[in-house]
Amino acid sequence: MSLHDFTQVLAKTPFHDRLALHSQTQDWTGWNGYQTPRVLDTVASEYFAVRSSCSVMDLTPMEKYLITGPDACAFLNRLVTRDVSKLKPKRVTYAVWCNDEGKVIDDGTIFHLEKGVYRLCAQHHQLDWLMLSSIGFDVTIEKDTHKVAALSVQGPTSFSVLTAAGIEGLEKLKPFGIIHTKIGKIPVTVSRTGFTGDLGYELWGTPKDAHGIWDAIFTVKEHGLFDIRVIGLDTLEMVRIEAGFIMPGFDFNTAETTIRADHDRSPYELGLDWIVKFDKPYFTGKRALIKESKRPQKRCLVKLIAEGNKVPTSAFLFDGKNGNKIGTVMAQTWSPILKSSLAMADIDYNDGKPPVEIWAEIYYQKELKWHVKWAKCHLQNAPFWSHPRRSKTPPNPV
Amino acid sequence: MTKKRNIVIIGAGHNGLICAAYLAKAGHEVTVLEARDQIGGGIAPREFSKGFTAPGLAHLAYPLHPKIISDLEIGNNARSKSRTINTISLSKSGDHLHLGQSSASGGSLSSEDQEAYSAFKKEFLAYAKALSPLMMNKPPRLKNMDTKDKITLAKLGWKVRFGLKTDSMREFLRVGGINIYDVLNEVFDSEALKGAIAADAVIGHHMAPRTPTTVLTYILRLFGETENRQLTSAVPNICEALATAATSAGVNIRTQSKVEDILLSDDQVTGVRLSNVEEISADIVVSNSDAKSTFLDLVGVQDLDAMFVHRISKSRTNGDVAKLHFALKSLPNFTSLDAESLRHRLLIAPNMRYIEQAFNPSKYGEFSERPVLEITFPTIDNPALSPDGQHTMSVNASFAPYALKAGWDKKRKTFTQKVIDTVAGYAPGFESLILDHELLTPVDIESEYNIKGGHWHHGEIAIDQSFMMRPIHGTAQYNTPISGLFLCGAAAHPGGSINGLPGRNAAQRILAMTKSGDV
Amino acid sequence: MVQIGKTNNYDALIIGAGHNGLTNAAFLAKAGLNVLVVEKNDYIGGATVSRELETGWKYSNCSYVCSLFRPEIYQALDLGRHGLEVVPIKGGVTFMQNGDYYGNYHHHEIRRREIARHSQRDADAVIRFDADLMKWCRLIRGFLLRTPPDPTSFKPRDVMEFGYLLKKFHGLSESQLYEFMRFFTMSIGEYLEEYFENPAFLAHYSGGSVIGTGLGVYSPGTAYVLLHHAMGDVDGNVGSWGFAKGGMGSVSSAIAASYTNFGGEIRTGAEVSKINVSNGRATGITLASGEVINAKKVVSNLDAKRTFLSVMDKDDLPSYVIKRAENFKIRGSSGKLNIALDGLPDFPALPKGSPLTLGHMHFTDSLQRLERAYDDWKDNRWSADPYTDTLIPTQFDPTMAPPGKHMMTVFVQYCPVNPEGGWDETKRDAFGKTVIDQIAEYSPNFKDLIVHTEIRTPKELEAEVGLTEGNIFQGELTLDQLLFNRPFPGYAQYRGPVKNMYMCSSSNHPGGGVMGAPGANSAREILRDMKRKDTTPEDFGDD
Repeated sequence: MSLHDFTQVLAKTPFHDRLALHSQTQDWTGWNGYQTPRVLDTVASEYFAVRSSCSVMDLTPMEKYLITGPDACAFLNRLVTRDVSKLKPKRVTYAVWCNDEGKVIDDGTIFHLEKGVYRLCAQHHQLDWLMLSSIGFDVTIEKDTHKVAALSVQGPTSFSVLTAAGIEGLEKLKPFGIIHTKIGKIPVTVSRTGFTGDLGYELWGTPKDAHGIWDAIFTVKEHGLFDIRVIGLDTLEMVRIEAGFIMPGFDFNTAETTIRADHDRSPYELGLDWIVKFDKPYFTGKRALIKESKRPQKRCLVKLIAEGNKVPTSAFLFDGKNGNKIGTVMAQTWSPILKSSLAMADIDYNDGKPPVEIWAEIYYQKELKWHVKWAKCHLQNAPFWSHPRRSKTPPNPV
Repeated sequence: MTKKRNIVIIGAGHNGLICAAYLAKAGHEVTVLEARDQIGGGIAPREFSKGFTAPGLAHLAYPLHPKIISDLEIGNNARSKSRTINTISLSKSGDHLHLGQSSASGGSLSSEDQEAYSAFKKEFLAYAKALSPLMMNKPPRLKNMDTKDKITLAKLGWKVRFGLKTDSMREFLRVGGINIYDVLNEVFDSEALKGAIAADAVIGHHMAPRTPTTVLTYILRLFGETENRQLTSAVPNICEALATAATSAGVNIRTQSKVEDILLSDDQVTGVRLSNVEEISADIVVSNSDAKSTFLDLVGVQDLDAMFVHRISKSRTNGDVAKLHFALKSLPNFTSLDAESLRHRLLIAPNMRYIEQAFNPSKYGEFSERPVLEITFPTIDNPALSPDGQHTMSVNASFAPYALKAGWDKKRKTFTQKVIDTVAGYAPGFESLILDHELLTPVDIESEYNIKGGHWHHGEIAIDQSFMMRPIHGTAQYNTPISGLFLCGAAAHPGGSINGLPGRNAAQRILAMTKSGDV
Repeated sequence: MVQIGKTNNYDALIIGAGHNGLTNAAFLAKAGLNVLVVEKNDYIGGATVSRELETGWKYSNCSYVCSLFRPEIYQALDLGRHGLEVVPIKGGVTFMQNGDYYGNYHHHEIRRREIARHSQRDADAVIRFDADLMKWCRLIRGFLLRTPPDPTSFKPRDVMEFGYLLKKFHGLSESQLYEFMRFFTMSIGEYLEEYFENPAFLAHYSGGSVIGTGLGVYSPGTAYVLLHHAMGDVDGNVGSWGFAKGGMGSVSSAIAASYTNFGGEIRTGAEVSKINVSNGRATGITLASGEVINAKKVVSNLDAKRTFLSVMDKDDLPSYVIKRAENFKIRGSSGKLNIALDGLPDFPALPKGSPLTLGHMHFTDSLQRLERAYDDWKDNRWSADPYTDTLIPTQFDPTMAPPGKHMMTVFVQYCPVNPEGGWDETKRDAFGKTVIDQIAEYSPNFKDLIVHTEIRTPKELEAEVGLTEGNIFQGELTLDQLLFNRPFPGYAQYRGPVKNMYMCSSSNHPGGGVMGAPGANSAREILRDMKRKDTTPEDFGDD
């Protein structure tokens, strides 16, 4: 499709034909301007592909920026709160970046592809902020979202599937590592990254090789060796909550789109203290964050498990049953693997501490009749789900 | 007792010297580093041709604020030599308009216009006075105010509400944000008179009479007339007096010391590095340089927030005035103008339309076909500036945009000729008197005086770049995001002209912050 | 024959049946007052009028889009039931000199891709820009349906209103406060250049800021005018423009229907010669026919100049008001072409089937061209290369032209009030030709399709609509004429300089655009003075 095409609202990724073949529901939605599946079969089958066999997801719509030039590292280090100078070539790191006031603009992953060549993957459109941040740096920033065909292959059997599909050298690849390799004859970059809290890989190729990469993977299934399923955004939402990953723009309002005062969030208020480093060169928002780190925390995006089996969809939270309102649930799911009701919630702190008790007022309906129920919630520090498989190298073949 | 600090000031222009003198008087160890081989920046005399000297970038100025003169115990030599400098707006017909500080004559002015002029000046001077709490203090922040901010705002509110009568206050609030064109059309009939006043509102700015905010630039200019001051040509005296005041306060001034880097450690200023790699340590560094040079070059973007850098780099700092110096065989002969009149300021801005049309091309990167000129003859008062019988003529020519589309290298001659032709239109035979000349375009001013964009005021004085937004918000109270680094030049509030207030206000701010332990 | 009203002694009498006059009258009638509206023309509507000048074609002769009309007023006067339908206008296009175009598609994903086609960076910068603009919209919108406080006054109501204002601003962070001040005082050109780089895109977005004003895109203060256009909302889509079905006349006829439903009376063909004042109190009006009509309250919907300089006696007014009225800035800067077309013109630059002609069409692709258009006007000439806002509303409202035919409305910036030597027919035609030639550059069959053209310079707009100098805002939206300065300092609360006399035109806060707010605000003050129940709506608020 050309950029001129006004008859098509959403653009198609290089995997579109294959996705459409696998989609039994043809249930599509938009993601960064691309047509992307919400569900292809059923959420249950897709979910269990992630948790017990192997899932494939088209990651192409994720915003990608190629960052090169003599100041590439210095530029990125001024951009994000983490120390990028410590990121070795062929390694990946998770990062957030803030505005001058120390409020989070977006999060993403930085891939140190080759010495001095970086790729930044972001949730939202970031070219404006990256260009604006590049004033005075000798750096080239190219938005190459449409030039990279990306697939995420996640699940306990993903290592075995990809090895069977012909990728060599995967056994040496550690978590957050990158290899430039081949799948069959097709050059592909593989990173051991993902969003599931489990074993998984991401494959990065060119759009012209998209079908080849896809077919190499699904041939494995055709040979009857493994079950492999394509998954959509609905399943992604479930597993990313289980794995404790936050989604800017959904779990909190990003700084660039915030209109009302106090609707934006700092890394501290998102529970991301662990990636804010002050013992590194200056980064945008550092002064503001140093100040904030000295004040008692006002609020935080926390992980909660709600008692019982009702999902606290967009529920208000209280500091006791019928107590004061202290927050809102921003994302929630029923976890089939944990048989628990999980939530990410924006809650007010009191004197720098979370409330002692948290209760959710849950509205749910049965046969179109609405009911309300109170559920006690429990704060969770670690991700709800993280399997030791995730980091074991080499992974156990299945 | 405040601990004695080691302070480095970058730039020995008038604001740098004033700031230095204040700080040294308060007991601090102050060194001023000047890149050029002479001090004074834009007010230093300049030998532009062998034997011919011009007063520098500024050939006229309102005297320093009396508060500064008394605080720094500057002697009488910096005060105006009390010779009144009037404005003579030239007319091709020879019916020139004479403007004094409060009265106007000539130019076939009606008696209504003459009366209106006196009333107008009085009214606008009152507005300028009402602004004095704002001019004499750090600009108050609009949130997170400190006590001083509250006092400044209260004083300002008081002055505006009670210093002015209700009608005047309403009028001030009405016209404060608009253009001088509409106001002058309401008040006067004479096109020549309107042109002459409008010129004062726009010279030095990228603005024409119809540009909204030219009332504000006019009021800010008139601030120079408060406290019974009047325009003076004794600019070099100001420069000398300030040097004396600074050195006698114990300031160490070093010329030919170009600062290349402001050194930081852990977000705190530690000193500066010169172009010869010499490092000078300091507890406090004060930059009299413009904001772009200070932040983008000397501090460097890697130590600043991204949006801050974006806003600095987007600030409008391109100059639109050229300076020309002419070495003349003798004084030119202006039609129907006596020799005595050449002691005053001559203006070629015959009406507002002329100015507007001169301005239009500069919006598109072209210079004026017929420029607006401000002319002085410094050698009349000071014959030592030129060989016997010969003279220096100093001209400000508007509009001459920094970013000339065709490039200044190719267009210097054309522009100079346009200026010569314009003068010759009022002084036949002028061209034949020229022995030598010099053209300083904004690009030349940038390189000669180290001002990014070559703007007189280190940045447009538009409302969005004034007061608590000067040079940009986030660094408008003289302190900067970097601990120990301050601004004291025209880039800071209240901006350019030779009133010395940025230097003084910055020094007050530094002294307050050292006293409170914030630095 | 002069129609004799129910009575010759009304509670309130409104001069001018424009949309603000009718809005004002409707709220007064709703409060149970006995109200009369007198109108000079034989038809109502003022500038919101649709007329048939070529058989079968209906022109929205003056105002042509509806975005700012307050939904609160729409609801309170039940205008939907009285026949008003406002449909959103879909997008627009700026044609470029190089044969390309910028398409402002109404679907945001397509629009994003189109912006990215010109500049990837601009496509992303729109996100930052939209969020910033929305901040200022939220702030200003709250003031539209309120009476501005007097800054010199210490009356509790003024002080409280200032308190409200301060509280609104207090909701902003410190840096947002400064950013708002910058937005309020900057030029649209410089403001947008802080966000965007593509010239056509910059031109597309900045045009709205100079439409109807005597300012250029580089004149400080024009960024704010953008808000005057951007904060209109049609069904919650803030910033979208609407088109009134049947033409803009439908706006005034719906308000008139609501008004008469409340028992109000309208007299057309009744030109006012004077507002009668006795002992410092307005007592009524004298018509041109000599007839005297008495009323307890007299409300002028004429602009400030006409109100104080034409229909009031100098002797009845303080000299300050006369001086301010004389100097009140109403700058005629716009012209208008209404063109009857035999069919839909081709725009070969656009791909076949492109939806872009459904929206606003512009033919100016850089800020420099816009500014040069302004330079011409400053020098008292019409723009040789004008900026136009061109619409073909018959594409979505076929009722305005015969079947298969079309009507084009072209709003032209800039056109002087009094060119060298004054307007005459030759000049008017030359002005029209300049505009038509510009459009024809992008549409080869355009000229052949023209059935009839109505060319309106400020002179015609003034003569017919009664807008001084044809200015659509009834007074420039510059800082000296905004908020408590509108129309003049000391008279911004809709009360005139003599007792029982009020103003309700767009010369008053919050100014022009087909908004209805001055009419409603003025009604609120009148009802307050009469100690009647307030029938005017409060701002919906959006938090």
